[in-house]
Amino acid sequence: MTLTPRPTPALALPAPVLEVAHLTVDARTPAGLSRVLEDVSFALRPGETLCLAGESGSGKSVTSLAIMGLLPKASLRVTGGAIRLDGRDLVGLPERAMRRLRGGEIGMIFQEPMTSLNPVMTIRDQLTEAIRVHQGAEDALARARAMLEAVHISDPARRLGQYPHELSGGMRQRVMIAMALSCRPKVLIADEPTTALDVTVQAQILKLMRELKGEFGTSIILITHDMGVVAEMADRVAVMKAGRIVEQADVVPLFTAPREAYTRELLAAVPRLGARAGTDGPPRVTPLPTRFETGGENEAGEETVLSVHNLSVSYGGARNLFGRRGEAQRAVEGVSFALKRGRTLGLVGESGSGKSTTGKAALGLIPFTGEVVLDGTAIAGLSPRAMRPLRRAAQMIFQDPYASLDPRMSVGAAIAEPLVIHGIGNRAERRERVAALLRRVGLTADHATRYPHEFSGGQRQRICIARALALEPKLIVADESVAALDVSVRARVLDLMLELQETMGLAYLFISHDMAVIEKMSHEVAVMRAGRLVEYGTRRAIFEAPHEAYTRELIAAVPMPDPTRRHLAEAG
Amino acid sequence: MLALLAKRLVQSALILLGVAAITFVLLYALPADPAVLLAGRSATAQTVANIRHQLGLDQPLLVQFWHYLGNLLQGDLGRSFTQKTDVAPLILARLPATLTLMAAGIAMELVIGVSLGILAALRRGGLVDRLVMSLSFVGVSTPQFLVALLLLYVFAATLGWFPMSGYGTAAHIVLPAATLGILGAGWYARIVRSSMIDVLNQDYVRTARAKGLSRRRIVLRHALPNAILPAIAMIGIDIGQFMSGVVVVEAVYGWPGIGQLAWQAIQQVDIPIIMGVTLVSAAAIVIGNLVADLTAPLIDPRIRAG
Repeated sequence: MTLTPRPTPALALPAPVLEVAHLTVDARTPAGLSRVLEDVSFALRPGETLCLAGESGSGKSVTSLAIMGLLPKASLRVTGGAIRLDGRDLVGLPERAMRRLRGGEIGMIFQEPMTSLNPVMTIRDQLTEAIRVHQGAEDALARARAMLEAVHISDPARRLGQYPHELSGGMRQRVMIAMALSCRPKVLIADEPTTALDVTVQAQILKLMRELKGEFGTSIILITHDMGVVAEMADRVAVMKAGRIVEQADVVPLFTAPREAYTRELLAAVPRLGARAGTDGPPRVTPLPTRFETGGENEAGEETVLSVHNLSVSYGGARNLFGRRGEAQRAVEGVSFALKRGRTLGLVGESGSGKSTTGKAALGLIPFTGEVVLDGTAIAGLSPRAMRPLRRAAQMIFQDPYASLDPRMSVGAAIAEPLVIHGIGNRAERRERVAALLRRVGLTADHATRYPHEFSGGQRQRICIARALALEPKLIVADESVAALDVSVRARVLDLMLELQETMGLAYLFISHDMAVIEKMSHEVAVMRAGRLVEYGTRRAIFEAPHEAYTRELIAAVPMPDPTRRHLAEAG
Repeated sequence: MLALLAKRLVQSALILLGVAAITFVLLYALPADPAVLLAGRSATAQTVANIRHQLGLDQPLLVQFWHYLGNLLQGDLGRSFTQKTDVAPLILARLPATLTLMAAGIAMELVIGVSLGILAALRRGGLVDRLVMSLSFVGVSTPQFLVALLLLYVFAATLGWFPMSGYGTAAHIVLPAATLGILGAGWYARIVRSSMIDVLNQDYVRTARAKGLSRRRIVLRHALPNAILPAIAMIGIDIGQFMSGVVVVEAVYGWPGIGQLAWQAIQQVDIPIIMGVTLVSAAAIVIGNLVADLTAPLIDPRIRAG
């Protein structure tokens, strides 16, 4: 393969607004200094959007905090290089001078719109405060209001008097953007600004950022792990890995002809919406060489593992003084679907749509009304004792592999626990089985004596899968099981799940907010919104010919990892 | 908000009824017989029986309680066995002294505790932090009478800055309030320190820093209102403990409040006074909790929304 050299930047390019040169950051650890950033260099030109892309731990956020002078003093320190804003070096600038720049010259927005605003202060106070500090008190209120209008928040006059908890996540991120831009900074640093938002809201926020960039002439550093967002937003991209920039290029060449192996890997791991178009099922995965003794036949049959009919779940209001319940909230209403052996039903929807609740009710973990038939038995009203054998048939894998393993229990004990609970095998047999399960999910038998903190996120999710497999279930409910994982790790865990399905005939109820992952994994798809099934059908029908406007909206809102097919920010 | 208040008032009334019932039973289960104590050592059995009849102590417990409740609803707390006067005016006359002392004590513990807590949080792991934490540990574990005696010895007997005991001027209140405040401050310092550390790590504090605000403004305007909430909840819980401290402090400093009244009444098994003081204290605790619960929503709009 031949590499054509990139054109070097022409001399006519305007001077960069912000220039980071050979930046090095060290962390103070009990074992001495350890390098967190190494020789990071990039330049941000006026009106440009530079994306810092990379997986967790690559140093994206540390870079942004270093620019803001907000590195936690006790643990992180800039030990080399320069950060120049309009030619002035910010490294070692006294705190007082740095404060004038923060919010004034460089604005920043963060990942967590839900927690980034002070809960006990009104929107007005939080907005005007920034303006007052940097540009004096007069007309601060009028300007705050104008900013809210600029970010297209509905009813801006009323929002001023409200508190953060009265606003949705998307509105809060709009307020954050208004706040960050209120002093017309030269640079806006946006650290994963849409990661915590629903996909349709993400599309709106990305569009807003693009629009404001033009309006305010702000240069943007956008930090994201999502290559789709990169493709939609970036002019230039710096790919980071382990504290270094591995590749830096304009967005189109980076996606079409990545130079570095890591960039290629990263791009290959991104699930692409539409990748499975024209096929009926998930991709076939070559089984691992280590065969695992399975109970029955492996191929997908006609046996229905789970059938749900007219399922409703409501959360009762609080009991009042006389023990009467307040009005109940319907979380799920009238949901029906069926899942056959060896098949995957993807349950997709935005936050609050009731998908997790549906998953829990399907396993009888929470009270519900309607009919749920699990492995041939109707579970409504069953006693815990009667439920017990059924629990063997269905297991669950959760989103957070860090929180779903007991840190004080060895991995072997965690995997063996379901066997102990159900009284299966003696000690030696269980040890054998744990070893086999670990091998089955791509780990080794000697991992059994180790503890969860010794494993990475992806490995932990494998352990959780091994634990779920211990009882040889027919059905696994996977609730956002790969949402917390980096793309490359995610791809491997998904492949493992597909391979397990193929060899063991598992049925998955695969719950996710991510349309691309759902497309990859599912045979059938159910789209949920506000507790109801909006659309339910084969994956092909849903993705290739959606009937409902909401389904189309969801699909359209997914950022494409292809900068030549930008559609979110530029449409409309 | 009003519904919450109404609900809490009904709950409060039920709690007070419960306190009355339990205190009543406990007092009458005491081995000491007030009639014997009143009659004196040389009294005949007949005199004791007469006194018992006079006080209504010969009636069944339930009947006595019923009468007591009936009177209570009319604001009548009964007559003192020993002082031969109505209990209600007796307590009312001494209530202002106790309330003044409590207010001064709570103010003192809040001011000391909150400021030390903030200081320790800002200097986390440093010398100031360790000093504050050690002091607060000493504070919460020292018995009140000991602190009272130490303060008296140093500031009244040796330095002569404050009077030894008594009531009336501002100088009189300093040592008793300090005794109460020093002990409570330890708890508040610890609570505020840990909630402050927690709040300083919150995303919205990072946002405030990214806005370029001064450290002072970040701490006082952004962090403190959030960090103070657990301390306010603590006032409600703590006020019962605080009341028992008031009894000791009033006794040591000769402070003419209801604590002193209770102290004397206990020695004389003057049941109506003990009942009265207990109920008033219970009411104070209930009101303290109510105030704490109603203050929190003033600071935190999320609680306001319910």
